[in-house]
Amino acid sequence: MDHQKLFDQLRERFGDDVRALVVETIDPWIEVSAERLEDVCRLLKNDAAWQFNLLNCITAVDYFEPDAKKAAKVDWKPHVQMLYHLSSTTLKHTVVIKVRLPRWKDDVAGQLPEVASVSGIWRTADWHEREVYDLMGVMFVGHPDLRRILCPEDWEGYPLRKDYVMPLEYHGIRNR
Amino acid sequence: MASHLGDPRVVEFDVRTDEMLINMGPQHPSTHGVLRLALRTDGEIVSEATPHIGYLHRCAEKIGENLSHRQYIPYTDRMDYLAAMNMNLGWALVVEKLLKHEVPERGRHLRVLMAELNRIASHLVAMGTYGLDLGSFTPFLYAFRERERILDLFEEVCGARLTYSYITPGGATGDLTEGWLEKCEAFLDQLAPVIEEYHTLLTSNAVFIRRTAGIGVLSAEMAIDYGTSGPVLRGSGVDYDLRRDGDPWYTGLYRDYKYEVIVQKDGHYPKDRDYPPVPAEAVLGDSWHRFYVRMLEVVQSVELVRQAMERYRAAKGDCGAPLKLTQRLPKGEAYLETEAPRGQMGFFLVADGNAIPWRVRVRSSSFCNLSITHEVCRGCLIADVPAVIGSLDIVMGEIDR
Repeated sequence: MDHQKLFDQLRERFGDDVRALVVETIDPWIEVSAERLEDVCRLLKNDAAWQFNLLNCITAVDYFEPDAKKAAKVDWKPHVQMLYHLSSTTLKHTVVIKVRLPRWKDDVAGQLPEVASVSGIWRTADWHEREVYDLMGVMFVGHPDLRRILCPEDWEGYPLRKDYVMPLEYHGIRNR
Repeated sequence: MASHLGDPRVVEFDVRTDEMLINMGPQHPSTHGVLRLALRTDGEIVSEATPHIGYLHRCAEKIGENLSHRQYIPYTDRMDYLAAMNMNLGWALVVEKLLKHEVPERGRHLRVLMAELNRIASHLVAMGTYGLDLGSFTPFLYAFRERERILDLFEEVCGARLTYSYITPGGATGDLTEGWLEKCEAFLDQLAPVIEEYHTLLTSNAVFIRRTAGIGVLSAEMAIDYGTSGPVLRGSGVDYDLRRDGDPWYTGLYRDYKYEVIVQKDGHYPKDRDYPPVPAEAVLGDSWHRFYVRMLEVVQSVELVRQAMERYRAAKGDCGAPLKLTQRLPKGEAYLETEAPRGQMGFFLVADGNAIPWRVRVRSSSFCNLSITHEVCRGCLIADVPAVIGSLDIVMGEIDR
């Protein structure tokens, strides 16, 4: 599939909100801004030339190094990266959409970063976004039923964050 | 009491017909593991079904951030424990995709052989337990009789009967033992005629058809929208199979294999004349079709195993040695989905240059397949809920990870 053509089309439509295209990696990806993600996704699904009707997976990756010594060596600033793996069952091609989010909203610890929910576009996103919210602590604005899915509802913290500390006990059950 | 009899409100209160909340599971035998369903019912009719999952959650993704790629293999076994070979394969392939490491020709055929054999074993359990869900005990015993032979074959090759850890990044932990192929061939010869029995027991059984045909109908659009995959997706008539349409790293395994996607096209399944006909009551996308696709896939896998054995015999060289425990992963990320028995099983790997991944993500097929429950259970009878859940063939180990 011609990722450059897709990128040019998105760029023309959404301008600088479509930030970058990288094709040298194993899976080519396009980075878009958190504000226009929903519009970009809607176009990807509905445009007859692309028809990305299948959302394979939503992933969040926490880029944060708790160890100060190691943190000095890394080449990125702390952030949370969202990845949307899309494919088309009709045209049989795939693309990865990336969104960069701050680790905490307005850099206030405990305030979850926000991104628009795509559950109105692909229903797969419903459970996947709940899972990301549960384990990584990302707030999906517009999600119909955002609550924890794998952890108990009263669980504290977001286990997949790199600075997560397992609570000592949960309802009297020792964890460590 | 007598003074209330004249008051109609009291009678209304006594014989309430409003909604009832029924809890099904997490220890219910026909929810296939620790799945809890909260059913809101109006009499016998389910008006809302809410699945609650997470009882088996171990956060395997976090565990993956603390182990090297090879140490993670046993954890993939324990996700979909009925198809551990396919899980090993998925993880091995994504590591190899990141490393751009190709396994030798013989190793490729060995992998197809193992994956397809495990698919047969997994579908047999699916069939047997589905019979159990619907109140028929016999098929379960028949299915386990055959599955036992497959487990014996696996045991001979890797020492384990359920959690194999056999296919590893780089190849496999060992080659086949002497005389294994003959045993496998003998098993396949024995399996082929037995499939007829399964069809008599379930597929064309009048009671079975009454219980499954037209129950839990899932339209093709909804199936794609919810990201379902595997027999659930193909049972709705969507012609999509990763063995043909997937990532080149995965489809490369099946290069030059003769293979046909099991899906109903223009009202016909491929080679359908050899099988019991589709009953008139069955609607495309219902529980019966999901079951039927699985049964046809067993036959397909038998053929694929035969092809793999033939090619394995012809291939020279070794199967590929497992990568070192400390093999560093290059900086980058890779995502790969494979066609496991339950559908598209995806692994995503982010590496920062160490042997231990920075992030591991597992996309579970059963997770997406289960998310359609509330759609297909709406309006069906309580007794049909196990029929729908069983037809999805879920494994909780994979959903909760």
